[in-house]
Amino acid sequence: MAKIVLTGNLRLYTGGETELELNAGTIRSLIRKLRERYPDLPESLEDELAISIDGTVHQDDWFARIQPDSEVHLMPRIAGG
Amino acid sequence: MAAVEKIIENRIDDKTTDSKALKWVGTRAPRPDGVDKVTGRAKFGADTHLPNMLIGKVLRSPHAHARILSIDPSAALALPGVKAVVTRDDFPDQPAGAVQPAGEMIINYRDMTRNIMAREKALYEGHAVAAVAAVSDRVAGQALTLIKVDYEVLPHVIDVDEAMGADAPLIQEDLITEGMDPAPEKPSNIAKRVEFGHGDIETGFSQAQVVIEREFKTRPVHQGYIEPHACLASFSEDGQADLWCSTQGHYVARGHCATLLGMDVSKLRVTSSEIGGGFGGKTVVYLEPVALALSRKACQPVKMVMTRDEVFRASGPACGTSMQVRIGATREGKITAGDATLKFQAGAFAGSPVPAAAMCAFAPYDLEHVRSVGYDVLVNRPKVAAYRAPGAPLGEYAVESVIDELAKALELDPIEFRLLNAVREGVDSSYGPKFGPIGCIQTLEAARDHDHYQTPLGSGQGRGVATGYWFNIGGQTSATLNLSEDGSVALVVGTPDIGGSRASLAMMTAETLGIELDKVRPLVGDTSALGYNMLTGGSRVTFAGGIAVVGAAEDLIRQLCERAALTWDLPLDDVEWIEGEARPANGRAGSEAPMSMAEIAKDMAKSGGPIVGRHSTNAQGAGPSFGTHVVDVDVDRETGRVSVTRYTVVQDAGKAIHPGYVEGQYQGGAVQGIGWALNEEYIYDEKGKIENAGFLDYRVPVCSDVPMIDTVIVEVPNPEHPYGVRGVGETPIVPPLAAISNAVENALGIRFTELPMSPPRVLAAIEQAG
Repeated sequence: MAKIVLTGNLRLYTGGETELELNAGTIRSLIRKLRERYPDLPESLEDELAISIDGTVHQDDWFARIQPDSEVHLMPRIAGG
Repeated sequence: MAAVEKIIENRIDDKTTDSKALKWVGTRAPRPDGVDKVTGRAKFGADTHLPNMLIGKVLRSPHAHARILSIDPSAALALPGVKAVVTRDDFPDQPAGAVQPAGEMIINYRDMTRNIMAREKALYEGHAVAAVAAVSDRVAGQALTLIKVDYEVLPHVIDVDEAMGADAPLIQEDLITEGMDPAPEKPSNIAKRVEFGHGDIETGFSQAQVVIEREFKTRPVHQGYIEPHACLASFSEDGQADLWCSTQGHYVARGHCATLLGMDVSKLRVTSSEIGGGFGGKTVVYLEPVALALSRKACQPVKMVMTRDEVFRASGPACGTSMQVRIGATREGKITAGDATLKFQAGAFAGSPVPAAAMCAFAPYDLEHVRSVGYDVLVNRPKVAAYRAPGAPLGEYAVESVIDELAKALELDPIEFRLLNAVREGVDSSYGPKFGPIGCIQTLEAARDHDHYQTPLGSGQGRGVATGYWFNIGGQTSATLNLSEDGSVALVVGTPDIGGSRASLAMMTAETLGIELDKVRPLVGDTSALGYNMLTGGSRVTFAGGIAVVGAAEDLIRQLCERAALTWDLPLDDVEWIEGEARPANGRAGSEAPMSMAEIAKDMAKSGGPIVGRHSTNAQGAGPSFGTHVVDVDVDRETGRVSVTRYTVVQDAGKAIHPGYVEGQYQGGAVQGIGWALNEEYIYDEKGKIENAGFLDYRVPVCSDVPMIDTVIVEVPNPEHPYGVRGVGETPIVPPLAAISNAVENALGIRFTELPMSPPRVLAAIEQAG
């Protein structure tokens, strides 16, 4: 199963949990499964996130593949100047 | 299709690793906008005119914080020549929590509508309260004096530490801090708390033999673009509108304006002008929705141009901060723990770049125990706008200053100390994800080995070093290649050209097509010309735009090969595209004379009609960039003036498509950083009013303030880009603040923990040190 790491303030919605294992397949599936597991996650969650899959950062990328041995980090969206 | 795949394979496998195989990428080709700019032909934001055009002007709050009791525009409307007045009543309120993604950012439109036109309160001096459109600048100015506004003046707060105090005046009375557990019950000016890191910070400090802790304070600054905000709006009676403006993202501006005015996005067409600097400050809207609202009311075009005074009081700015940093290390020079607390001014609305600052602060270092906490704090200033690597220069100023002190305490060379702790591929970043291929160590080694670092200092001079990091981003991007009947192509992109993107995108197009560069004319299309484009920002355009134009070129090649195959009556697989022409391949090689683009274009009507290459993408996998700066300074002990005598920027570009433009980005970032470090600051009076809203008193560097900035381009290719590109526009402004502060400490033996290190501040410190 993929290793999922929740950074920043996400632990406030997960009862303090910051690491878990999930079979997700894609970012969209991951978001759905996280919502099922942590109902307090805000509605705007996916709009506010960047998601790193094995070191490659994705933003607004529902169908990016997550492999069973992937390491996935959820972190704040990056905006530049 | 096979021919195209072969081209892609060749490019990725051979060309990016062998610069000699590239004809255009990596060269210093002439810039396509150069002649227009030096001859004055280029049209900037204020250069568009329409018949019957009105002039719009804004009435701004004279108070830093005041409740607006009433606004009476009747006398202004009665003035001959005045065609329209707009106030808060002309902009529909946005629902609470109306947070939407817009381009690279998440936008709270309830806040945005209040920032472009005050509603319940004026939240900073210069906050727009009303606007008029009149037949002339003089009449519009006179009309502003006739608008009656009744204010109830309220206490204000500017300083971030004071704004966090329990007794501070509340800027938004219902603001509850996000990110706290448990959530506070009382409102405050703290919009958000964020925390990043891993390991156990106290365990890390228990392993340290040397610990240094410092507090830092930086003053608010402005992006300092030379061209003021300017736009021209034309709203027609049928509800359709056109907008011309100076912006970093006309698609994003279109979305903001349509939302703020309650209109369909497709009814608004936005054309971006040439832009005289943005640096992040033109990623948002100020005048644009106001001009559209005035034009809608007046049924005439309305032009609005900010004065420099308005630019300083009502646009941008970047944060002032208060920061604490503690770092511990072993005697051998291994960092065991890093801890930072960063408090950033957000302005009157939430949304400072403190999360990014907290993520970048320790990014250059491989740390087992690290924590960075950030606070987003409201103050009575305009909402801060992005400024080149938003937040990162500030957090890294504090961290890199302490790193320098630690190196000194450990009697280690500052670059060798950094190398002992630097991140490399496969290391967990301080904010979480593992790094892919990165060039942190390569920039440090190149700086160490550079002639600058090896040259002895002059008497009384000091030398400083700092390393910086920025993520870079990708995002939605579209490009079109329209083949002309003579075989030349028009390249249409949707990202305003701020730092040379027309050149770099044309070069990648010509390289991929295998044609001469002067056969590609790059243009920035309006919002009706292409699919969606995120703005020019985040150092994203040469990366994401490069993927888009290479994709469009490959689409064009596929169609050109199809036409050649049809003409030759060959299967498509038996046609390949080599050096700008279609050739029979496989067993058919040599059976037909090659067909150039011009030959295929000449007959395209007969072979099937117009040929257009297109590609749209949401580019992912931006390559982060590290930079290391070396700077020498001379300090006049009698006046406190710091002179930068030598400066070298070393940065990983991934691949420099146009080295001249890359060097320009490096140099520009260093110069802006010199201003930030040495002179730039907003000065407020006791009423919260800015005292230096002009370039005479707000001191940006001029040519005589800076030496030639030397540059070294390190190239660690980004595997997610066809030519290996990383973004380069933002990282150059990250290291200068710390590098210069470290150099001043090296010269004087005095550690400055406040910016800017302006002559009065430096002189006072010299005198205090005796």
